[in-house]
Amino acid sequence: MAKVLMKGNEAIALAAIKGGVDAFYGYPITPQNEVPEYLSKHLLANGKVFLQSESEVSAINMVYGAAGAGARVMTSSSSPGIALKQEGISYIAAAELPCLIVSVMRGGPGLGGIQPSQADYYQATRGGGNGDYSLIVYAPETIQEMVDTIKESFDIADYYRNPVMVLVDGLIGQMMESVDFDKPVKERFLPEKDWATTGTANHPGRRNVANSLEIDPVALEQKNIRLQEKYKLIKKNETRYEMVNFEEEPEYVIVAYGTMARICRSAIEMLAKDGINVGMIRPISILPFPDEAFDEIPKKAKGILCAELSMGQMLDDVLISNNGRHKVGFFGRSGGMVPDPEEIVDAIKNFSERVVK
Amino acid sequence: MAETTVKYEKTKGLTDKPLSYCPGCTHGIVHKLVGEALVDLDILDKAIGVASVGCSVFSYEFFNCDAQQAPHGRACAEATGIKRVLPDNIVFTYQGDGDLASIGIAETIHAANRGENITVIFVNNAIYGMTGGQMAPTSLKGQKTTTSQDGRDTDWTGNPIKISEMLATIEGVAYIERVSVHDPKHYLKAKKAIKKAFQYQKEKKGFTLIEVVSTCPVNWGMKPVDAMKWLSKEMIPVFPLGVYKDKGDNHES
Repeated sequence: MAKVLMKGNEAIALAAIKGGVDAFYGYPITPQNEVPEYLSKHLLANGKVFLQSESEVSAINMVYGAAGAGARVMTSSSSPGIALKQEGISYIAAAELPCLIVSVMRGGPGLGGIQPSQADYYQATRGGGNGDYSLIVYAPETIQEMVDTIKESFDIADYYRNPVMVLVDGLIGQMMESVDFDKPVKERFLPEKDWATTGTANHPGRRNVANSLEIDPVALEQKNIRLQEKYKLIKKNETRYEMVNFEEEPEYVIVAYGTMARICRSAIEMLAKDGINVGMIRPISILPFPDEAFDEIPKKAKGILCAELSMGQMLDDVLISNNGRHKVGFFGRSGGMVPDPEEIVDAIKNFSERVVK
Repeated sequence: MAETTVKYEKTKGLTDKPLSYCPGCTHGIVHKLVGEALVDLDILDKAIGVASVGCSVFSYEFFNCDAQQAPHGRACAEATGIKRVLPDNIVFTYQGDGDLASIGIAETIHAANRGENITVIFVNNAIYGMTGGQMAPTSLKGQKTTTSQDGRDTDWTGNPIKISEMLATIEGVAYIERVSVHDPKHYLKAKKAIKKAFQYQKEKKGFTLIEVVSTCPVNWGMKPVDAMKWLSKEMIPVFPLGVYKDKGDNHES
């Protein structure tokens, strides 16, 4: 298949099909509706499962059931809908089941708006679900990167038996770009899902149980310690980021992901014309967060600008990763307002006004 | 020497794990009936049970088949997720009245409305047992609970919700019967109903639900025998036993 021009949300759906999705359960919400619409047509036509649930709460628990039964399963939603899924996400992570959750962010809080936003960084990386669990969260900046990530996400989820979230904003969901769906996915050894609840006829002598309940505190703590070991391994193996314009020592470093990273690329070019060399750390995985990238920032750099379509959420991870080494500034727009590159240029030129105390 | 004959054996449908239920509670009897039905119909090794939250939260340890443990109220959604990807397996939920009739009512109604080919075992004891005896949507008018200490005020909190009656209006439902296990006669009827529900699922007839009116002696503050009597005298008039829907009778396959 050659490159095709495709809308982001439809590309999410086709990428999931290419990634071998067996079942989709979801509930309508703007701005991600083309995902279930596309899948409703193409999954059912191919003998796979598409089911529109009565709520996001129900959808994520259908995902839990199907994941436990060994299927490649996904859901997609947007900000308030992801909020409703958080309970189920915690259970799925606790039961160590693989699935894909696509989150197409819109402005919040509350019902908020339907324009693009990155205000759900906390929701994705800190979770709203209870307990010491962790997702794997990728935040691609182009439709191509999103497609590649979604295809691979099913393998990553299966490999670690952990839910993966792909986090984009409404702009990526709604825009069109040319995209190649047939780029090869990294080969991984994926063991048989011998833990799946498929009936004991399929695994005589052993009952398989998908469960998150551990009433004995000693055992529950041991489980949490084991989960943390898994998350450490994920951080070691699956952390992804891009260093932009670090060939010559950058004067300033921007940290931005997704749509904001695209805007910052343009700003970096504009700043170069003005003789200001600016680099960018672009986290692709925001959980695990690429804190090792911050070791590459030159000692004499004048500062780090964290740029987000939010009031400052990734900023926490930037401050933690920076660990007091450089001055950190923040630039954010919210509510669905998407800045021009000139605003980033201005923020770098007037960095001192941006510094976070 | 007298010959030894086995007259009774514990069903292979249950594990050897000691049940976690209080003395006199009817969950144990209902578990046995479910286990026996799975064995009798030769579907135990195809079965996947979905445990709920409440007293029966550990039921995944008791049914001798694969199982999943669902968040509070979500058992029918989780069962849907399983059944849609494994349509030839037998999927059932085991839920109490707090789980099914309160927090999980949306999941239950919509699973029924989709005609999900699953079996729901709904144990209704008119109270929240696990959390210590709070009022349930099924609590009777005037029933004393820890959150309705002067008795349930139906003007303030509504009347006992009747799940079997409500769900019987739904097209996708194949079979609904309300049963009780408070005496041998009713026990035998319950046994038949549970088996029939699984038989219907085997035949892919659609959504089946068996509501078992049950006791909670500890939280009702009664001795087990008195609880059985209270169930018979007070609960059954509010929750009349019987078949509320049976598609099978008209649609013989």
